[in-house]
Order: sequence, then C-alpha cells, then structure tokens
Amino acid sequence: FLSRSHSDFQEKTTKWTCRMKFREIPTAALILGVNVTDHDLTFRGLSDVLQDSITPYVALLEAKDCPGIKNLMQKLMGQLMNCDIEVDSLEDEDCVQVSQNRIRCSMPSLVSWYENVTKKTDSETPSKKRNSSSRHWQSPPVVVIFKDMESFTTKVLQDFIVISSQHIHELPLVLIFGIATSPMIIHRLLPHSVSSLLCIELFQSLSCKEHLSTIVDKLLLTSQFPFKLGEKVLQVLINIFLYHDFSVQNFIKGFQLCIVEHFYSQPLSVLCCHLVDLKKREETEKLLEDLHVYHENYVSILRCLHVFTSSLPKYPLGKQIRELHCACLENQVWETEEYESSLQLARMLNKTDLVSMLQQCVEILMSSSGKEFDKTVEKLKEFLTQFQNLEGGCAPSCIPLQNNCLPCSLMHHFFLKTLLELKESRRSKKLTKFEMLRFEVVDYIDTLVRKYLVPADTRTLHEIVYFNAATVLRGHLNAAPRTALHTALNNPHWYLKNQALKCDGGGISNKAPDICIVYKLHLECGRLINLVDWLEAFSTVVMASEEPNADAASSDQVDDIIHARFIRAVSELELLGFIKPSKQKTDHVARLTWGGC
Amino acid sequence: MPNLEHPAYPADDLLHLESLVPCRESQVSTLLSIFGERQQFSFPSIFIYGHTSSGKTYVMQTLLTTLQLPHVFVNCVECFTSRLLLEEILIQLQGCSGTEQTSPVRCDTLNDFVRLFKQALATQELQDETLYLVLDRAEQLREMEANILPAFLRLQELTDRNVTVVLLSEIVWELFRPNTGCFEPFTMYFPDYSIGHLQKILSQNHPPEYSADFYAAYINILLGVFYMVSSLEFLWFCLAAANERDTRKLWKNIEPHLKKAMQTVYLREISSSQWERLQQDGGEPGQLKGLSAHTHVELPYYSKFLLIAAYLASYNPVRTDKRFFLKHHGKIRKTNFMKKHEKTSNHLLGPKPFPLDRLLAILYSIVDNRVAPTANIFSQITSLVTLQLLSMVGQNDQLDGPRYKCTVSLDFIRAIAR
Repeated sequence: FLSRSHSDFQEKTTKWTCRMKFREIPTAALILGVNVTDHDLTFRGLSDVLQDSITPYVALLEAKDCPGIKNLMQKLMGQLMNCDIEVDSLEDEDCVQVSQNRIRCSMPSLVSWYENVTKKTDSETPSKKRNSSSRHWQSPPVVVIFKDMESFTTKVLQDFIVISSQHIHELPLVLIFGIATSPMIIHRLLPHSVSSLLCIELFQSLSCKEHLSTIVDKLLLTSQFPFKLGEKVLQVLINIFLYHDFSVQNFIKGFQLCIVEHFYSQPLSVLCCHLVDLKKREETEKLLEDLHVYHENYVSILRCLHVFTSSLPKYPLGKQIRELHCACLENQVWETEEYESSLQLARMLNKTDLVSMLQQCVEILMSSSGKEFDKTVEKLKEFLTQFQNLEGGCAPSCIPLQNNCLPCSLMHHFFLKTLLELKESRRSKKLTKFEMLRFEVVDYIDTLVRKYLVPADTRTLHEIVYFNAATVLRGHLNAAPRTALHTALNNPHWYLKNQALKCDGGGISNKAPDICIVYKLHLECGRLINLVDWLEAFSTVVMASEEPNADAASSDQVDDIIHARFIRAVSELELLGFIKPSKQKTDHVARLTWGGC
Repeated sequence: MPNLEHPAYPADDLLHLESLVPCRESQVSTLLSIFGERQQFSFPSIFIYGHTSSGKTYVMQTLLTTLQLPHVFVNCVECFTSRLLLEEILIQLQGCSGTEQTSPVRCDTLNDFVRLFKQALATQELQDETLYLVLDRAEQLREMEANILPAFLRLQELTDRNVTVVLLSEIVWELFRPNTGCFEPFTMYFPDYSIGHLQKILSQNHPPEYSADFYAAYINILLGVFYMVSSLEFLWFCLAAANERDTRKLWKNIEPHLKKAMQTVYLREISSSQWERLQQDGGEPGQLKGLSAHTHVELPYYSKFLLIAAYLASYNPVRTDKRFFLKHHGKIRKTNFMKKHEKTSNHLLGPKPFPLDRLLAILYSIVDNRVAPTANIFSQITSLVTLQLLSMVGQNDQLDGPRYKCTVSLDFIRAIAR
C-alpha cells in the first residue's frame, strides 16, 4: 500500500503544472478502516517514506490539536520549520530559533518561508554533495497529512482549503486525508464550493482481517519463535478482534500478555527457547527436538491442506489459514464433518485445479527445511507426471470426464447436490483413469493429514510451548467494571483478604466497611429508597455488635457519628453511580442499577 | 466602438480594458464615474455584491491594474484574525511603494492601524492620488471584532486621506449592517452572466486549431447541458479536457457523454486528473468507481448491533419498545392524542435523542447470545461517536445520563444488517 501510494505521489507531483491551470489541490483520500488506533503507525510509516524519497516537508495534523484555524496554522508551521531545521542540520548560520509568538502564523509568511528554503537548497547543490538532494525535485511539494478527518470541524477544514487554494501557485501543497469510514464523509464535511477546489483520488488500504492473518502467519505458524498459543486462547484473542474492535494493536497487546503470563506462571516455561540453548539435558532435549520437528511438519502440511481447502465453495474448513489452524488445534480434524465434506468436494475437482494445487504443495514442501518430505515430494511429482501422461494419451475416454468435473468457480451448491447424486449413480460404472488418479491423490493427502496434523495436546511436553490458560486471559482482557465493583462491595473479603469479613450470602457482617453495609441494604430496596429508613437499618446493623443488649430500644436517637458515617457512605454510592437524588419525593433517592451484573 | 469613455484616463487604456472585461461594460463605466479623476476624492466605501463567479474580483483587479491605480488587494478569508488583516494591509502598502526593506510591522488595534496607515501613506509618492483598498470575501469581516467593519466604512474620514475602501461579497448589504449603525456604502450589484454572455466569453479563447464557428456551436451544446449548475471554472475545465478529442466522436457522442461528465466529475466523484486519463485511454467511464461507490464500512460484530440498536432507539417511539422487544407484550391503546400525531413519519423528522440505558436495553434484546457488559462495549459506543456514526446530544448531566442520537441513514443500516 505504501509503495503504491508513493508511486502515485510521484505521478501526482510530476503533473503539478497542469494542476495550476485548474487551481486544484491534489488530494489523496486514504480509506483506512475502522480501527483508528492502528492508523498512527500507518501514518508514521507513510511520512517516513515520503520524507526519504519525495520531499522533506511533511506535516502531520491531528484534530484534537486544531480546534481553530489559528492553531492549525501554528502547528503546521511549527512542524514544517522543524523539518527544515533537520535537513539543514549541517549549517548553523540560518538556524533561527523560531518562537511561535514572533512569527506571524499566516499563509503569506509560510509562502515566503518556502521560497527562502527552496532557493537555498538550489544554490547549495553544486557546492555540497548530499544524497538526499539528488532525490528531491527543484520545488518539492509540501505534504500535509490530516490523521483523523472525521474529527475535524468543518469550518477549520474549509477555511484551510480555501486559503491554500489561493496560494497554490507559490506553495505546492498536497493534502492527505485519513478517513476511517467511507469517502462520503468528504461530501458531508465540505460543501461543494470547497470540494471543487480539490482533486481527490482514493486509496484503499488492506482490510484489517488480512492484517490479522499476516500476523498470525508470521508469529504462530513459523518455527522462528518457540512460543505458541493454545486453541482456546487463540479463540479468545480472535473473538475480541472480530467482535469488539478491529484493532491489531490490541491483538498484539493481548499476545504480549499471553507471553508474560506464560513465562510468569508456568514453571516449565524455562525450557521454552531455541533448541541450541538446550545443551545439558539430553532427554528433554530430544523430546523438545521432537516437538520442534513436529511443529515444522505440521506447518507445512497445514499450508498444503489450506491450498486444497481454500478454494472450495462454501469454505467448509474456513477461508483463511488461521481458521484452519484453530480447527486443527481443537481436535482431530479428520474426524470432523467439515473435513469429510471437503474431501468429497476435493474428489470432484477438475484437472487444472488439481494440478495447480499439487504444484503449490510441491513448492511449499520443498521450501520447508525438514528432510522428511523428500519422499512426499517425490510422490507428488510422480502424481503430476501421471497427470501429464494422461493428457497425452486417451483423448476419447476424456469425454465422459466433462460431466463430473467442474472448475471450482462453478461449484455452486445448486450444482453440488445434483453432482453428488450423479456420482452415486455412476459408482457402478467403471472409473476412468483420471478419476482413479484423483482418488489416489486425495487419499494420499488424507494420509498425510492424519499423520502430521495431530493436535498439539497429544504430544509430550506441549505445555512448555503452548499457552492454554484462556480464563486468565479473558479475565484480564475483558474488563467488566460493574462486576468488579459489585464483587468489591458485596464480598469485601475478596479484595481485602481479611478472613474476618467472610460471611455467608444474605447476612450482613457489621465488621464490613460502611459502604458495603449501605450497599447491601440498598440492594433489598425498590426503586425509591427512603433515607430515614435506610439510616435506621444502617444504625441497627452497626450497633448490633457494640451493644447486643436491648439498649437498641432507644432507636429514635441516632448517634451523630453513625449519622455522619451514613451520610458519607451514601454520598460515595452516589459518586459511584448507584443512586441519584430524586425529585419526585423529598428525602428519597432513586436507585439506578438493577439485577445482577 | 469604445463604450467606456472618461476624460481622466487615456483612451488606449480604456480600449484595452474593454477587451478584457466583456459583458461588464455598464458596471465598469459606473465604477469609473465614481472614481472620477485620480486626485479627486471618491465615495468613501463601495459595496459590490453578486453571485459566485459573476466576475467581481476579476473585474476589480483588471480595472485597477490596467488603469494603474494604486491599490491594495486583500482576501479576508486568509486573515482569520483582525491583527493579520491589518498587518497584511500595511505590509502591502510598504510593498506598493517599491522599497525593498520590510521591517516587521506590529499592529494590534485600529488605533495603531490608523496611525501607521497615515505614516505609510506619507512616505509614498502618491501625489494625492486615491488609494483603493479592496477587501475580497468581506463577509469574514463580520466574524471579527465589531469595530472593524464600521471603521473600514469610514476610513476616509478617520485617516483624513484620499482612500476608498471597496468591499466585495456574495451577501447582500442588509445582512452586513451592524446593529449600532454605520456609514452606508454605495452598493452595486453584478448580475449573473446570461447564456449569451457566457458564449461570448468562452468563444474568446478558442484554440487555434478549430474555427470560430465550430467552436461556437460546440459551446452552445455544452451550455445547453451545463448551464443550470455550472460555474465558469468548471466550463473552462470541460473545454480543456475536450480539446484533444476527435471531431467525429464529438458530434456523435457528445450529449450522453456530457451527461455522464455532469454526474461524475461535477459531483466530484472522480477527480479531474482521473477524467483526463480516462479520456486519453478512451475507456469506458463505467469501470472507474467513484467516491460514492465506496460507502461500505466494515464494522466489528458488536458495533454493528450497537449501531442498529441506536437506529431503532432513534426512530421508534418509546411506547413501541415494550411491544417489539419483550416476549409478552400487552396491547397498545391508541389515545386521541396519538391519533393526531401519527401522520408524520418518523423518518422525515430525523433522529431523536435517546438515553444510554435505552440503547443498552435494546442491544441486549436484539443480540442472540448473552452479551457481557464489559468495558469494550462502552468504549465501542465512544468510538462510534468519534467516527460520527452516532452523535452526542448536549445535556446538563453528561455523566449521569449521556444522550445520543443516530446519524446514519436507513440504507446504511440495511447494508450493515446483512
């Protein structure tokens, strides 16, 4: 994506002069997806690329820094002039210390600054030899990146665009809009008169699901890192990604948390390292080596299976390799229904698809480092040559082939049913050579799967490298503040670890903190709570410990201290949001939360 | 036949001027008669208004430069504070006199401005010629401090010099008049160009390879399609883009092609450079997906449900909630009040604000499996607000009961709900 936008920029700036005729500012609208937290990295990468190759004048603007046009201009000038000082860091004669107050933050001063700077670099290139200047043009464009377009107020954007389009001849400006939702936001934010001043082109980034697949691929399905995730844990992380936010950064943070948890709580994790570090213990070394080899084979065969199943209609085993990986981790994949159906479908592939898949498998297996696969590769190559021989030979017997081979794209489920029925009816007839070969291939793949794609739980010593504590992870990542609060107030011994406070459910211990007593009492009430009744109940509970004898009969007089304690506890509850003063009745508060959390 | 005649200015200049500003002769002659001779005091302030691209800026600039009258031209949109505006005027004045040194000018208030203005004028060799101060996009002056506009209208009196302020704007004077009253300027209206005028202007710049008649006919067709909606700039663009085309293709395909151009480029669906590229390749414009084709937004699972719940909360009245979302509902009795108000569809009235609790209640009832109230759900609501799919409605008690309303349309919700 970066290289594509980079090359487009070069195009854009070379066509600079024709834009001047139309007085339009070239603009790139980048549609980046809903995961706003990941955009930061993207923009930083983009600005680095731009600074290296096209122009040193790149400014990044965020909406929260620019509530008004004045702040925007200030930020812009500050960033651009800092860029300039970095470029000319070798000379100190012109390093004017710019303070925001002294320069007028307006477009004409920016224009004059730009003219000064470009004139300076022009006069220097014959004298100094610098690599960067040879890559820059004579008047490098000034790139302004708006990181989050949706959060900008329309007035600021409009003013900025109108002002810059007035000076487009002297200051070659290129704008980049970072858009999270859809490009219609441009029409919503800018009126027609303003958007006609821009020359907008769209760029779309990869979807975040693809980013996730890349990450899973590089981190988990590789033999570089010995740490792996168990099935449940992987499911938790992927669920948070898919259900809540498409944020890759959160996924990475969750992964880092897994690593920390694993190395902190699992004592065996000391062995989870590269094989070369384990010299002393021979037996464990051997077992770990086995595990390592298992994993390498697993990955290769997984990729082969993915090649086969990723192009089947309706994706019985999932379209992306991470779904296949989850399925294989869970249990023995050859016993699942989806596997059966995908094998059936594979038995109906046509020749070109089958040949291309076999070729891809051969490539994958050859690139893997294990020596076990030489035989497999030979067998697959044998299959391939057999297919090719088939092609040369029996042409007339190929005609009945056409009926039960279809290219994958046509395998619509409507056809599938009829095809399956046809297959059943044809079973009595003699199978052609191609079909027999096809059966052989599929059976061979099946044997490979059964041999190598064993779930990790069955291997010895898998706990060293696989992290499986999903509940712990879920507790850390899925924050439930209300539940935590309820637990704290209901069972204070959970957090305070004071055994004296432990009480069976229902009873209210009077040694508990005031706010816990008040909370438990309020749980028993209806929508409106009478403060006086509440206070009496509170004082009953509190005084029950101190004077067990019947001095509590003088319940009309409530001690001042208890009164103060009650008021403090009630106001704390109000701060936490459990109650709120009610206007309907005096001396009553309304209860705001209901039910269990 | 020269239309513009004035004793003070040389006739050649006037002829040249006339060739530069076709179809605006009456306005220019009015201006010339107001300006009078060079050293005569003219009207203190002139207010010119008219629609976009009715030629105000262009005519003003051409007039002043052709007749070489001393002037200062400032665009008020660039000067978003009054200080910038005043300093800009003073800097341009310094530049006018031709001196190279630009000493930094600090001017905060109108008081300083008047004093510095008088000083600057004194250093110039104007010989009492009128200085014209042209302020373009003058509607921005209303946003600045309240004394700027009245002061500029009376600048001649305040500075006691020969200066005239010309204000150019798209808005009528009635909306400018400050509450405290001011000196009324001379108002002038620039009417829109008619089709005939546009034809005349565009045919002035025909490229040499086509004959004038051919070009005029082509312009006729162009104007027929675009007249109602276009601006001069856009028309220029169309002409430039079309200049490479073959003659025959022109006559055959011109009308549907122009209509397509209207829809795509005019609405900024695709950019002008893409259009040019398309022309050169000769490909079908249907392949290029415009801006409005990319409306689909990928949202996470719970966010979709949140948005749908928000839409339902915004557009369904509260009394129907019980009916739709609970398993056992009672009948709703229609009262007289409700009968009267049922006519207007809720969709036309726009989204109504709803409190957070209602949103969560609807969310829990439409999601099939149990939703744990984790912090993620609440932060998703806030991110939906940042993406401007929901908007927060201002209330007194923001912490107690934040209220939101849904800002997306039914089509969007339908697209998501798939």
